[in-house]
Amino acid sequence: METIFHDAVHVLLALGLPPLLLGLIAKTKALFAGRVGPSVLQPYYDLIKLVQKGSVFSTTTTWVFRAGPVVALVTAGIAVLLIPLADATAPLSFTGDFVLLAYLLGLGRFFTASAALDTGSPFEGMGAAREVTFACLAEPAFFLGMLVLAKLSGSLQLADMLGSSLASHWSADGESLVLVLLSWFIILLAENSRIPFDDPNTHLELTMIHEVMVLDHSGPAYGMILYGAALKLFVFGALVVRLAFPMTGGSPWLDWPIFVGGMLVVAVAIGVVESIMARLRLTHVPILLVAACLLSGFGIILLVR
Amino acid sequence: MNQLLDPLLIVALALNFVTLGVSRIRGVINAVALQGILLGILPLFVHQDLGFRVILLVGVTIGLKGFVIPRFLVHALREATIQEEVKPLVNFMGSLLLGAVGTGLGIVFSYTLPLAEQHTNSLVVPASLSTVWAGFLMLTTRKRAIMQVLGYLLLENGIFMFGLLLLEATPFLVEIGILLDLFTGVFVMGIIIHHINREFGSTSTEHLTELKG
Repeated sequence: METIFHDAVHVLLALGLPPLLLGLIAKTKALFAGRVGPSVLQPYYDLIKLVQKGSVFSTTTTWVFRAGPVVALVTAGIAVLLIPLADATAPLSFTGDFVLLAYLLGLGRFFTASAALDTGSPFEGMGAAREVTFACLAEPAFFLGMLVLAKLSGSLQLADMLGSSLASHWSADGESLVLVLLSWFIILLAENSRIPFDDPNTHLELTMIHEVMVLDHSGPAYGMILYGAALKLFVFGALVVRLAFPMTGGSPWLDWPIFVGGMLVVAVAIGVVESIMARLRLTHVPILLVAACLLSGFGIILLVR
Repeated sequence: MNQLLDPLLIVALALNFVTLGVSRIRGVINAVALQGILLGILPLFVHQDLGFRVILLVGVTIGLKGFVIPRFLVHALREATIQEEVKPLVNFMGSLLLGAVGTGLGIVFSYTLPLAEQHTNSLVVPASLSTVWAGFLMLTTRKRAIMQVLGYLLLENGIFMFGLLLLEATPFLVEIGILLDLFTGVFVMGIIIHHINREFGSTSTEHLTELKG
């Protein structure tokens, strides 16, 4: 009974919360800039509006272009089910599920990039090339961080790696975990095309990464992309929150609000980073990603020394 | 040793990589200053009894490394109208990877050192070796004279970390003397940068090979 309750909350939260995070980031940025900004619920209105619109598909595109948004949304949706949230369990959980998590996101990225290439637009191809190049560097950092957690927990299951046992490791091997936390926050920013890597608001094709890949999508397809991106943000946010606050109080009435609070803090943190930093020059992006890999790598070295 | 010491040293280690990876001189100065402040705080965690001596040392170190020297360097930067770019001989990615290799070797090497019982598991020695290495890298692979001053500061930060092990044995006068040396060193270097700039119209050390006796 309790598992059903937890799984139900998990699914509801994972489906309902992500757009709010986007709204909160936008609100934080607006406040920093001295504006009132759109309501935090704006992304929900956007999604509703997009779903009601019609779609335009270029005649040069094939089924790959239509499959792109669907696959991106579905893979992100499954990924959300793999992440342990407040109760430290996930609806889908088995040994080695973190590999599936990484490659689900990889599959989504592959189809988004393929859809971008399918349009034949040179700009979109450029964006796709950038996206996969940076993903190449972000993935090792993600896996090295997972390696630290696997070493600490002695398990290859996300529910154990990010489970309540993590709280006891914070006092003993806090340094490694701090390094992984930093590294994962950088990965969160990179994977979700946030500011030091990519500006989600920009409309200059030469500098865009993620946005340039989805220029040709419209209506419900674009809505799916937006929602899929929000889910991806939720996945990475949840990883960071579980790593930072691994405690479980025992009572679901306490755990879930703490988790949601953590997610909101992460969203505000992203908003603050976006407000106080400028976009990095494109050639400097790999440096930051390599630095993220190094951070996770040192986490391992500190652990096994 | 205190529980907080290792996390602080990790931050200091991370700052080494910031200094090697950041492309703006102002950013490097800020990172070195922050590292100086962190190092200034460290003796508070190493010392068991906080006497007047430790408090004074902490105050002087933070003031000098965190505020006076960085302010002075920013001033020199503005006076000599040096461009903000770092211009490395080895590119940023290469420097970062070299720094990582050096840090890894530092960690390995620190095991072979016959350290006192209470220091064997702490990060002081690896962090210090890695900072010294980052300082050497910066001294050798950056063209601008001001980056060499920063490399020297990093080097000194590394030595300061190593000195934490001996803090109880070093007389107060020696510690203050080292800080004074550092300050004078940076002061003189600042003046030299100014002169190089006035004489050659640039502070790139590449031109120094053209000097004739």
